[in-house]
Amino acid sequence: MLTAWLYVGIFLVVAVLLPAVAIALAGILAPKKSNPIKTSVYECGIEVVGPARVQIKAQYYIYAMVFLVFDVEMVLLFPWAVAFKQLPLFAVFEGILFLLILLGGLFYAWRKGALEWF
Amino acid sequence: MTNWLEDPIRWIAEWLYSVLVGWGILPSVADVILMITGAAILSTLALLWVLFLIWFERKLIGRIQDRFGPNRVGPWGIFQSVADMIKIFTKEYITPQGADKVLYNLAPVLAVASVLLIWAVLPFTRSIMGVNLNVGVVYIVAVGGGGVLAILMAGYASNNKYAFLGASRAVAQLISYEVPMVISLLVPVLLAGSMGLNDIVQAQSVPYLVMAPVAALVFFITSMAETGRAPFDLVEAESELVAGYNTEYSGLKFGMFFVGEFLHSFTAALLFAVLFLGGWRGPFVDQVPLLGLVYLFIKTMVIYFLIILVRASVPRFRIDQMMDLNWKVLTPLSILSFLVTAVIAKVLEGQFLFQVLGLLAGNVILLVLFMEWGERRNKRNRRPMVSQPRPLATPASDETSMAQS
Repeated sequence: MLTAWLYVGIFLVVAVLLPAVAIALAGILAPKKSNPIKTSVYECGIEVVGPARVQIKAQYYIYAMVFLVFDVEMVLLFPWAVAFKQLPLFAVFEGILFLLILLGGLFYAWRKGALEWF
Repeated sequence: MTNWLEDPIRWIAEWLYSVLVGWGILPSVADVILMITGAAILSTLALLWVLFLIWFERKLIGRIQDRFGPNRVGPWGIFQSVADMIKIFTKEYITPQGADKVLYNLAPVLAVASVLLIWAVLPFTRSIMGVNLNVGVVYIVAVGGGGVLAILMAGYASNNKYAFLGASRAVAQLISYEVPMVISLLVPVLLAGSMGLNDIVQAQSVPYLVMAPVAALVFFITSMAETGRAPFDLVEAESELVAGYNTEYSGLKFGMFFVGEFLHSFTAALLFAVLFLGGWRGPFVDQVPLLGLVYLFIKTMVIYFLIILVRASVPRFRIDQMMDLNWKVLTPLSILSFLVTAVIAKVLEGQFLFQVLGLLAGNVILLVLFMEWGERRNKRNRRPMVSQPRPLATPASDETSMAQS
């Protein structure tokens, strides 16, 4: 098992190195003629107005919160799904109850208007 | 020692191992060297494969839109993307003023790395695969999260409003579509009883497309959305956001985002083939394991072709439509399909044929009922028309009477 994760670690290093080396190589080959107008931020040709990190809709945060709840519960379901074949009927119904509560949560969020995009 | 005709790649690996040990290198070090070689070859091949994918997609979309597509460089323009790559290598990097240098340079690397890392666990044949991780499916989801991070980093670090808006849209879209994707991934895990991808392939004596068509459909749509391609390409909607999160990128840094996107959609097709179409399974695969590679390739290309076809024929969604599709259609549908699968698989446990037929029937019934429910909801929630219907132009009455008489 440890060697499996060793392979993943090696793969991570290779996967990061390949694009990084390519980008560095291209950086050596590429011309370097910079000037202030070239490096100015693009905003349809006009001069930049205000900071770039503007405020975004509050809706994004609500979606993120709903996502967080669901994702955590999904991760909880993975061990249940792996052990499914050995589970007795009772444990299966417990899992189903959990899912139904999850579905109830989705409909609650829906009814409360958390899933609307204004 | 395996026979090299049966499984040449494994044969080469074993030969290399014996050579290294013969040189007096410790077996554990030889293992590590083999792993590094394997990882380097696999990821280099994956990146080179993208050159073909780009040509393939441009050619196909050209044909669909009644154009020729690339046809100048090489036969059928097949070296077009090689020429493009050479060109992009010699392009200047323009870093915008006020950019966050570290995040700005890290983002394209991470965008490619997060996709490449998925290849570490893909089973190509029975024996050729990086590693059969026992948490394979969770690993894929976790690594896929790196792509979201890369887009957010790129958009935030660029110091550009379009890039920032594109990135926040991307995060909203990608994390939302992760929910139904993970639930639909749970179905093959449940049916196979394992999270390792090779175990899932080995368990598919009947492809899971037959046993769980609803989950397959949900996975197909969500993985298309996860790659951020049309019709889900709000991330880089060029009519609204210039180019979205990669507006300020140039040269190979932009190229890396491009490569990452193409590789991601191919990887999504590969994953679909592995999880729902039986991966390397096919006739005579027990005698000649290398045939598995061919089967996997054919299945993947069929799915990839479908993805391109959808891209070429469906217009882009509006953001509220896209969110509605995810939270009000795909998420409840995937939870319900998981429920149905769990109940039927448990009730009909032991009789395999009945289990397959029961799952198929249950899924079809679920899909029909769900679509009926959606249709009713749509009818109920249909917005009233804002403007009155225009009065139809009617011919003058004397003319009509003349015509009638």
